[in-house]
Amino acid sequence: MRNFWRDIKGTLQPFWITLGYLFKKPVTIQYPEEKRTPPPRYRARLVLTRDPNGGERCVACQLCSAACPVDCISMQAAEDEDGRRYAAWFRINFSRCIFCGLCTEACPTLAIQTTADYEICNREVLNLVYEKQDLLIESGGKDTEYNFYKHSGIGVAQVRGEGEEEHGPVDPKSLMP
Amino acid sequence: MNEMLISLALILVKLGLIFGVVLTMAAYLVLAERKILGRMQLRYGPNRIGPGGMIEPMCDVIKLITKEDFIPDRADKWVFLFAPGLTALTALLSFAVVPFAPPLTLFGREIPMVVCDLNIGLLYIFGLSSLAVYGVVLGGWASNSKYSLLGAMRGLAQLLSYELALGLALVPVVMSAKSFSLTEIVMAQSTWPNILQHPLAFIIFMISVTAESKRTPFDMPEAENEIVAGFHTEYSGMRLGLFFVGEYSNLIVIGAMTTVFFLGGWHGPFLPPVVWFIMKVLFVAFIFIWMRGSMPRPRYDQLMHFGWKVLIPLALLNVVVSGAIRIALN
Amino acid sequence: MTTVLFYILGFIMLTATLLCITRRNPVHAVIYLVAGFFALALMFYLLGAPLAAAWQIIVYAGAIMVLFLFIIMMLGLAPQETPEGPGWRRWGPLVLLSASLMVCTVLLIMQDPAAGKEIGDFYLAPQAVGESLFGRYVLAVEMVSFQLLFATIGAYLLGRPLSKGEGQ
Repeated sequence: MRNFWRDIKGTLQPFWITLGYLFKKPVTIQYPEEKRTPPPRYRARLVLTRDPNGGERCVACQLCSAACPVDCISMQAAEDEDGRRYAAWFRINFSRCIFCGLCTEACPTLAIQTTADYEICNREVLNLVYEKQDLLIESGGKDTEYNFYKHSGIGVAQVRGEGEEEHGPVDPKSLMP
Repeated sequence: MNEMLISLALILVKLGLIFGVVLTMAAYLVLAERKILGRMQLRYGPNRIGPGGMIEPMCDVIKLITKEDFIPDRADKWVFLFAPGLTALTALLSFAVVPFAPPLTLFGREIPMVVCDLNIGLLYIFGLSSLAVYGVVLGGWASNSKYSLLGAMRGLAQLLSYELALGLALVPVVMSAKSFSLTEIVMAQSTWPNILQHPLAFIIFMISVTAESKRTPFDMPEAENEIVAGFHTEYSGMRLGLFFVGEYSNLIVIGAMTTVFFLGGWHGPFLPPVVWFIMKVLFVAFIFIWMRGSMPRPRYDQLMHFGWKVLIPLALLNVVVSGAIRIALN
Repeated sequence: MTTVLFYILGFIMLTATLLCITRRNPVHAVIYLVAGFFALALMFYLLGAPLAAAWQIIVYAGAIMVLFLFIIMMLGLAPQETPEGPGWRRWGPLVLLSASLMVCTVLLIMQDPAAGKEIGDFYLAPQAVGESLFGRYVLAVEMVSFQLLFATIGAYLLGRPLSKGEGQ
């Protein structure tokens, strides 16, 4: 008999609760009109930042590309006359990116960083392939003071393969048997 | 002959009016249900198209009509094609005997505010609700899919079992009105509604009518997290839409039935009778939506157990007791 | 008018029943039988027995045939291969029968808008059925209901789960 009353109560109580909720204000954020401010460390669109002097931070080490689980980052490394490495082209395919942020963790120079800009949807998939000029921003991102080359120094200006026991650079396309 | 033509014209006018009102109401009940359920879950529900989402039902219809009408391979094509129509038809035909206002006198002739005042109106509604099983069963069987078949079999057993309790719950109502005619049942409630006279019958009626309508606490035939979508798994486009037309017209039928049998029909102070009737119907529909927002789905064997071992004995007892009281009072 | 309707309904009923017993697919047979029951119900109505018509629909079409369908579906009796021949040959008869049933229903309603008045020479009100069932024929009704009770108990006895040491 105690169970009987318990069951009756258990049947009627939900009605009371849902009726109460009916008159509460919904928690929905109505997106195009109202926008949520994402937290500062939100992981959305990726950018390439600059060091305090305004130079590109990216040294085209390919670590981000290797860390990327969906292989959406690709680049071509190049070298200045003074031995400073940079990316000749740098491409992120945002239609494949899953915004996991592993690339930013892999980056030794803090070049690639996530931003809170999440509104990058596009009807045309090819518009989601961002080139280097789309990715570069005029800012240091989350750490404006960091400058990788200040710690490491700029690499040797000597041409590759000129050292005493050094082989010349390998052309992978000529390695075919 | 002239007399006959006038009656026929009146019937057609009333038929058109009721169909128009019912179909519009069914479309907007879908919207109302989605909005109320949304608010119960602290959401807004559909509100994008039109002010407050008012044009949403039209968009739904356009979407359903323009979608592909898919017929599965090795389905029984003809049965598959007409089963949804059967569901919608049985629900819509029930309105023929529902009286929504007292007889109106126009141009010196009395017009009953009901399409066809059958003197077995209650049995007519009952017959149609028992035929509604065929839409579910044939649709599920003809789809040639295991989920559809499971849904159809569940629906069949459930509808058949709860029809008994439904019928028994209405026996005291018929006893106090001394008639099967819905108009006379409403007339008999002019002093106080049946819900006060037969509260137990009302509760049994509400529970079994929920099971009859396959709505959420008892939506085993289409339990989407067990058997995909039950009997209408394989349906698409407007044929799926017809199932929903049937379901939501059925919701209005249930509202009208509850109003007529228990809530005193069109009787009510101050307001005109039709307004009272529609208000009561919408109130019952709200209760059903509310129930959908509040109750979980029981297991299938619990449903059968409850129907056969609790509701039917209770309804039988109710019939005996209210009959005995009736005899004792006379 | 009544006589014409009677013969039309009779024809529909016979055709539907004939089609029912010649179908290969049991579900199709059930559909034809239900169409036949509809004609029968309309005929009861025509003859002035609306209550019998309602029972015909509720009990036979709505409950018993549904149980038949349940058994057919449970046993998987329906053949899985689609029968050859164009659709109209299989379903043309049903469409024709249903259409003529519709016409008959409309004619009946037209003839009887208030549906309370007499159609033929004879009209049996639901009250009269109840009075004769529980007045004059009460003994027969009770005997039949006891028969049903025995049948229920028998079915339970046959269908109950076997206890240990039984049925070996």
